[in-house]
Amino acid sequence: MHTSTARSPRHAMTKVLTGIEGFDQITEGGLPSGRTTLVMGGPGCGKTVLALQALVTGARRRKEAGIFVALEESTSHILSNATAFGWELPALAKSRLFFLDAQLSPDIVKSGEFDLIGLLTVLEARVRLMNAKYIVFDGIDVLLSLLDDPVAERRELYRIRDWLSQMGLTAIITQKVGGIEADDRYSFLQFMVHCVIVLRHQVVDGSAFRNLRVIKYRGSGFLGDEFPISLTTNGMQLTNWGPTELKYAVTDERISSGIARLDHMLSGGHHRGSNVLISGAPGTAKSTLAGLFVAAACQRGERALYVSFDEGAAQIVRNLRSVGVRLAPHLKSGLLQMYSARTRRPNIEDQFGALRAKVRAHQPRCVVIDPLSSLSPTLMRLGSADAPLRFLDFLKGEGITVVNTSLLEGLGTDEATATGMSTTADTWIHVSYTVQDGERNRALTIVKARGTSHSNQVRELVLSDQGVTLTDVFVAQGKMLMGVARWQWEQEDQAARERIRVDAEHKRLLLQLAQAEAAARLLVIQTEMEARSAEMAVLADATGSASKLQRTDRATLRKLRHADEDSRIEITAANDRAPKNGNPLV
Amino acid sequence: MATRSSRPKARAGTARLRLRLYVAGTAPNSLRAVQNAEAICSEHFASRYEIEIVDLLQHPGRALADGIIVTPTLLKVLPSPVQRIIGDLSDRNQVLLVLGRR
Repeated sequence: MHTSTARSPRHAMTKVLTGIEGFDQITEGGLPSGRTTLVMGGPGCGKTVLALQALVTGARRRKEAGIFVALEESTSHILSNATAFGWELPALAKSRLFFLDAQLSPDIVKSGEFDLIGLLTVLEARVRLMNAKYIVFDGIDVLLSLLDDPVAERRELYRIRDWLSQMGLTAIITQKVGGIEADDRYSFLQFMVHCVIVLRHQVVDGSAFRNLRVIKYRGSGFLGDEFPISLTTNGMQLTNWGPTELKYAVTDERISSGIARLDHMLSGGHHRGSNVLISGAPGTAKSTLAGLFVAAACQRGERALYVSFDEGAAQIVRNLRSVGVRLAPHLKSGLLQMYSARTRRPNIEDQFGALRAKVRAHQPRCVVIDPLSSLSPTLMRLGSADAPLRFLDFLKGEGITVVNTSLLEGLGTDEATATGMSTTADTWIHVSYTVQDGERNRALTIVKARGTSHSNQVRELVLSDQGVTLTDVFVAQGKMLMGVARWQWEQEDQAARERIRVDAEHKRLLLQLAQAEAAARLLVIQTEMEARSAEMAVLADATGSASKLQRTDRATLRKLRHADEDSRIEITAANDRAPKNGNPLV
Repeated sequence: MATRSSRPKARAGTARLRLRLYVAGTAPNSLRAVQNAEAICSEHFASRYEIEIVDLLQHPGRALADGIIVTPTLLKVLPSPVQRIIGDLSDRNQVLLVLGRR
């Protein structure tokens, strides 16, 4: 960026504002007062508009009179062209501004030399009469080409300069150039004046781009870059002069995206004042999402602006109606404004200038730009690639929450960052199609969300006449299922679960039965065991007492028989001896 | 000084040449134009001509009224159509072309 800083406070120059936004800033105050400025440019670059606007600003803002000498175009033509600017020219033309038709007819005959003394005399009388402070010579090249002699040219230009200086007028001379302004032909006039502005007009792919550049400003600093200019309803303005720092308040407030589930995924919704990008292939419901956003805004009572670059307003309203989103009441109440802009009409800078004016007039809190991507191919090839970004900066500065839609087939980095939108966006939502089992379904995912923790899962975006919802997707066998496939899987899954449950119940019953059976058997065996034990006890008892008895018997018998103490007594023998003499033994 | 006319020598019926020359006082181009105009006319039109000289320094309003931008400008008023020549008239051929001689 070139800045000439040859200014010393002692020779601080007085300047006059032109009313051209941006120009007054890059020149630090406008045009040099009491001096002459040359405006050069090809046909249709805006020289006349620039000069006229400066004159009008003097008249309207500072109530200062001015004279417009029309050397090329007729004043009626100039005045009618300028009606679009709303400068109240007809009224001014009768009071503070004087328009002089000084065109020389194309078939004029020239014989010998002429000069401008007569003209200047006439003008002088007018200047004194009106106490004019400003004068414009629009189309000096016509006069100069008639003079057709470098010596005569210089002579007359000096005459004009001396006259202007004598009159103390702030002057603008416009000159049509047919090539490079650095050409020798034009150098004399450039040397002579205090300030030189060059306007350039390029047409690329049928789109017009206009630029302004200050190439000289004696005694003053200025920004010497080429700045794009646009024509708006207020006149000419520079579109690239804003502050490089973004100054806007950061807020914690969240506003709805239009879908409750999405708000939830975004931990509450979009940040107020943020920039949201919704990308996706054609037909992925980007406009629907954008429409939901403005509908939600209007429902909150906020003003919204829907800018459409592709479809007309009526079509959008109708499309949204089919998914249960009603914009008509908001349009009627005036909360919502819809603006259809065709991107190929006028030029891009003008387009954004018009949008800026619209925003200022309507003061929306929420704006949709649908789609922003339709602008990029043309702009990419020219210096105005950042025009959309500058517009977004402007919206951010106003604290407006913006939803942009963009045509993107996939999320490959080249495509996504080509427009720079993905880096500017605070939140990036991508909608894609999945094709499965003969069905197309929409999948929505949050690619990024600055300042928000967000769900990283894919959700299915379902549109119906009841509205728009996000549903979970099923992941089964490594595949993501949506739509009918999801429903099918859900059904199967449920059936399977049911079967398992029933099986389990059945088994449980069987086991219970077996268990009962076993328990019963156990009881029976236990009972038997008890019985046997009892028998065994009885047996043991009996055996024990029987042998005890026997021993007692033998001992007694011996005693009775005074037998020896041989304990070996055969029980059988004992048993065989029956008592013979009737001694009671037992 | 207002306007000064050459002595008209009227001859009834003949088409007169009526010219009006707008000048800027005594500027060199203007003086030359006056001289040249007289010379051309007397040479080619005998006395059937009339030249009215309008000095814009004296009457700036005439310039506006008559749509005169540069000086000198010669206006052929009669015979119609009205035609203009700008310059000091040093290119005789051009002048005669307009005036209808040659």
